[in-house]
Amino acid sequence: MSDLHLLSLTQIAAGLEAGDYSAVDVTESLLARIKTHDVSLNAFITVTGEQALASAAAADAARAAGNAAALNGLPLVHKDIFCTRGVITTCGSRMLENFVSPYDATVVDRFASAGAVMLGKTNMDEFAMGSSNETSYFGAVRNPWDLERTPGGSSGGSAAAVAARLAPAATGTDTGGSIRQPAALTGTVGLKPTYGRVSRYGMIAFASSLDQAGVITRSAADAALLMGVMAGFDERDSTSIDHPVPDYSAGLQQSLKGLRVGIVRQHFDDGLEENTGKAVKESLAVLEAQGAILTEVDLPHIDLSVPTYYVVAPAECSSNLSRFDGVRFGHRAKDPEDLFDLYCRSRGEGFGDEVKRRIMTGTYVLSAGYYDAYYLKAQQVRKLIADDFKKAFADVDVIAGPTAPTPAFKLGDKTDDPITMYLNDIYTIGANLAGLPAISTPCGFDGGLPVGLHLVGPHWGEETLLRCAHQYQQQTDWHTACPEDFR
Amino acid sequence: MSLDKDQVQHIAVLSRLKLTDQEFDQTVDKLSRIVDFVDQLSQADTDNVVPMAHPLNESQRLREDVVTEPNDREHVQENAPSVEDGLYLVPKVIE
Repeated sequence: MSDLHLLSLTQIAAGLEAGDYSAVDVTESLLARIKTHDVSLNAFITVTGEQALASAAAADAARAAGNAAALNGLPLVHKDIFCTRGVITTCGSRMLENFVSPYDATVVDRFASAGAVMLGKTNMDEFAMGSSNETSYFGAVRNPWDLERTPGGSSGGSAAAVAARLAPAATGTDTGGSIRQPAALTGTVGLKPTYGRVSRYGMIAFASSLDQAGVITRSAADAALLMGVMAGFDERDSTSIDHPVPDYSAGLQQSLKGLRVGIVRQHFDDGLEENTGKAVKESLAVLEAQGAILTEVDLPHIDLSVPTYYVVAPAECSSNLSRFDGVRFGHRAKDPEDLFDLYCRSRGEGFGDEVKRRIMTGTYVLSAGYYDAYYLKAQQVRKLIADDFKKAFADVDVIAGPTAPTPAFKLGDKTDDPITMYLNDIYTIGANLAGLPAISTPCGFDGGLPVGLHLVGPHWGEETLLRCAHQYQQQTDWHTACPEDFR
Repeated sequence: MSLDKDQVQHIAVLSRLKLTDQEFDQTVDKLSRIVDFVDQLSQADTDNVVPMAHPLNESQRLREDVVTEPNDREHVQENAPSVEDGLYLVPKVIE
């Protein structure tokens, strides 16, 4: 059983059911992989080995007693933005370096109750602010396809762990592309659900009108399996929406015949690297060959999505991160002169550069005299962007295009200019602004590095996205490609 | 530079962030670039556009005003930098 790490969640579930191996076998095998390979990747902030083995043993006992739960014994990792009771939860920040959460996030709780085994907590950009994982206080994560390159961000640790076969699945969060962009850059599948679909209770807040939890896996079928457990109303999250949860796995087999796929012209403009665009266009031809009908759709305001985002997200972050004051939890500066000094130095020392920059951007756009010109204006443009999507979805079932403009770039390449870094999310941000679900699935390579196909759906359209990605994965094998050093 | 040093200093104070001298110079430059970048929003015609309040146009859900959580103070305060008798300690505020 030396190759358990290569199996998908669905395959592991079948093997456990058949008694080919136990949950403890799978857990031991993956913990050993993490120990060997994470030295070069830095995908984990915390590995919870002992706890994982105990949960695996409990899952095996439950199965033996005939009480196997939905995800009984299936291993996964959580982005370190989800609070885990009794386990350090850092959010990639010095501010929370020693924070031991007193409670579990709903997502963590739901997976644990369904019998899943948490192997550890993954590295991420600090407070999920970044597109390369380089803003983490715990160091950058490296891309398993090329260790000199970024795995993307902010859920870079989750994506790298899944791509390197250290775990078959991971949770992530997506505020502007933080699940989908790293999925694209590592050759994995990343799903960001509809705003309000998955509970955010215990998920450390960045930008509350944009944040949503989702998953990174190696197949659409695995993402569907996890969504069935993860999605659903939660009284403890005031932004959770009470909307029926379908059986996400049920419709996967349905063909794409007649599926209307919209193509946005601007998504294939100058900013897109040639070979990345080529891979995406080829994937569109595959969808067409499977019976999908491609049509051009217009999103006239989509070019303004990045500047809109960089007003709205920092504004909300400046407000959300005001809770870190050095008083109740988190980093506290030594020997403060007075309360003001305590606040300013605790925050100055506890936060990294990018987080400070975003807090200050947000403070500026919300400050007296600038609110109308920036924040109000951005929320108006945001309405225009959302209305454009709404119009487009009157004519199409999904919108398809590239997930990211380039494949994985080198670590350090974009750290000097915040704007260059921000433009990584040019194709993904629109879905967050409009609260739409979206998925990235591997669709080829550019210079030996993975490329992602991005599919956006209307609100509550996860089933169609999963079906479209799954059907595409039946015709192609990009999603099964494994980086050479991690086989 | 669209922002000058005084403005950035004022924003840092409002943000309750103490920056080192080196951080400060970099921040003036990078924050200016970000402000220049988002300034392109001013080109958009937004006359009579109602600003978005919620991505799905939902209104805020309310709940009954009843106690739902147990008092877990001691457990929660294990994360606090400084506490005494269940209270959070800070430098003296009033002389």
